[in-house]
Amino acid sequence: MHTLTVSELAAGLRARQFSSLELTQHFLGRIERLGPELNAFVTVTYERALADARAADAKLARGEGGPLTGVPVAHKDIFCTDGIRTTCSSKMLSNFVAPYDATVVRNWHDAGTVLLGKTNMDEFAMGSSNETSFFGPVKNPWDHARVPGGSSGGSAAAVAACLAPAASGTDTGGSIRQPAALTNLTGVKPTYGRVSRYGMIAFASSLDQAGVLTRSAEDAALLLTAMSGFDPRDSTSVDRPVPDYAAELGQPLKGLRIGLIKEFFGDGLDPAVEKCVRAAIELLQREGAEVRELSLPSLPLSVPTYYVVAPAECSSNLSRFDGVRFGHRCEQPKDLLDLYRRSRGEGFGAEVKRRIMTGTYVLSAGYYDAYYLKAQKCRALIAQDFARAFEDVDVVLSPTAPTAAFELGAKTSDPIAMYLNDIYSIAANLAGLPGLSIPCGFVAEGGKELPVGLQLVGPHFGESRLLSVAHQYQLRTEWHRRVAPGYA
Amino acid sequence: MSLTRNQVEGIAHLARLEITEAQMPVYVDSLSRIIDFVEQLAAADTAGVEPMAHPLADQVQRLRPDAVTEIDQRDKFQHNAPSVAAGLYLVPKVIE
Repeated sequence: MHTLTVSELAAGLRARQFSSLELTQHFLGRIERLGPELNAFVTVTYERALADARAADAKLARGEGGPLTGVPVAHKDIFCTDGIRTTCSSKMLSNFVAPYDATVVRNWHDAGTVLLGKTNMDEFAMGSSNETSFFGPVKNPWDHARVPGGSSGGSAAAVAACLAPAASGTDTGGSIRQPAALTNLTGVKPTYGRVSRYGMIAFASSLDQAGVLTRSAEDAALLLTAMSGFDPRDSTSVDRPVPDYAAELGQPLKGLRIGLIKEFFGDGLDPAVEKCVRAAIELLQREGAEVRELSLPSLPLSVPTYYVVAPAECSSNLSRFDGVRFGHRCEQPKDLLDLYRRSRGEGFGAEVKRRIMTGTYVLSAGYYDAYYLKAQKCRALIAQDFARAFEDVDVVLSPTAPTAAFELGAKTSDPIAMYLNDIYSIAANLAGLPGLSIPCGFVAEGGKELPVGLQLVGPHFGESRLLSVAHQYQLRTEWHRRVAPGYA
Repeated sequence: MSLTRNQVEGIAHLARLEITEAQMPVYVDSLSRIIDFVEQLAAADTAGVEPMAHPLADQVQRLRPDAVTEIDQRDKFQHNAPSVAAGLYLVPKVIE
């Protein structure tokens, strides 16, 4: 049952081939057996899962429910879950029990899904390898010596190892797309404002966006439809109807105009990864897509721009963790300043502290104009580059990440090397654009087969077209069907 | 090294972060590398470019009707607080 896609599971549930309770128990059993070796989950919500499943079965028995009723899912531990520990994989929140549900959690719950648990992640979503988690790194199901990517690494590992059919993620600079690429999944980051950020613990508020990790574009379409929508509780939520993404997957490849970003096929791209991406481009061309090369000259500014804007917003957002109202508090504070300094110093890990300090510096008096304001202007240049590109093409295509999964520990001592992992994904966040990653082949490294992802980015609210291109590609390829050895 | 130890101590103070003596050189080094790295933005020609604070240009901050919509959940919210009494958050004495 565990290798079936969400749409196949939903069909099986409606045909009463199996109950949601059977399905849920099956996944809980896999999580119990295989979860620890991957460290994919922070919290497994056994009782909640069984209760959700029984409720779903009752609905299905009455002939009620929608396309997701009874389907088990996992949430990244960045989403608040009422009455359930929500840690953001930080010591700071290791005992935090959220007093309300994030809108994403509520929306999937209202769609009838079953909550299996909360997945491991980089601390406060700051990382590209899932190695900054207070609860330890997550392993890549394709090779336990390698990272699953990050920050949604637990969600990626859980879905890639078939411990859950789908999981939520968040993407501030590539945190859904990059782990999807490294674990052979479909990962979608929608347009900024498409999905509510209410109850999603903030990292960089002008960049953060929730999305999904699944094993097919069709599944992503189903789950994204259920997740999206206007939310008055998020002041940046966009009031605009949500299409039924699953109903729009049939758009033809013929006549699709694809732009290849010249700047994303240059130095630093692993030739073996490029070969997989080029093969996918040829397939799309054979199916009638028009491919042209584009130059987006401001894109090389993406990573340095991001590493000013994101830490600046992070330093502001994370000032709420003061050791007073919630979160970790140090022992025996001698005064209020000591309470703040030690609670935060002890509660945050090294990378989070580094980003808070970077942000504090670029926002500080005398440096604001040179760094923060300058980065906001560079951000505008990047957005303008994309806007010009979308006058001529429907989607832009590139690799998702410059290499396949790297080894645990390979980049932990060099923050810049780690940051450059997101070199192809960050620009979409800066411009607020939707992007997705889909499997497009494998490379052999160290005797293991490692997945490669390709990225598609579209204009604002262009999710429907992106998902249809991904689906049409998946109708013609088998890459996304492959499951890591030992987990099928 | 673009940042001095003094500067990093100042940043840590502004950010209300205790950095241990052993960690300090690591932060001086890595923060310097990050600042050196983002320094390349200085070379970008941004003359006449409006800074972009929000990814969707035509979005404006919504206003909501001034109505009571939330219920009192103080006890539930304070459940996560390290130290409370009589509905108040407790901190070390601020004024002697």
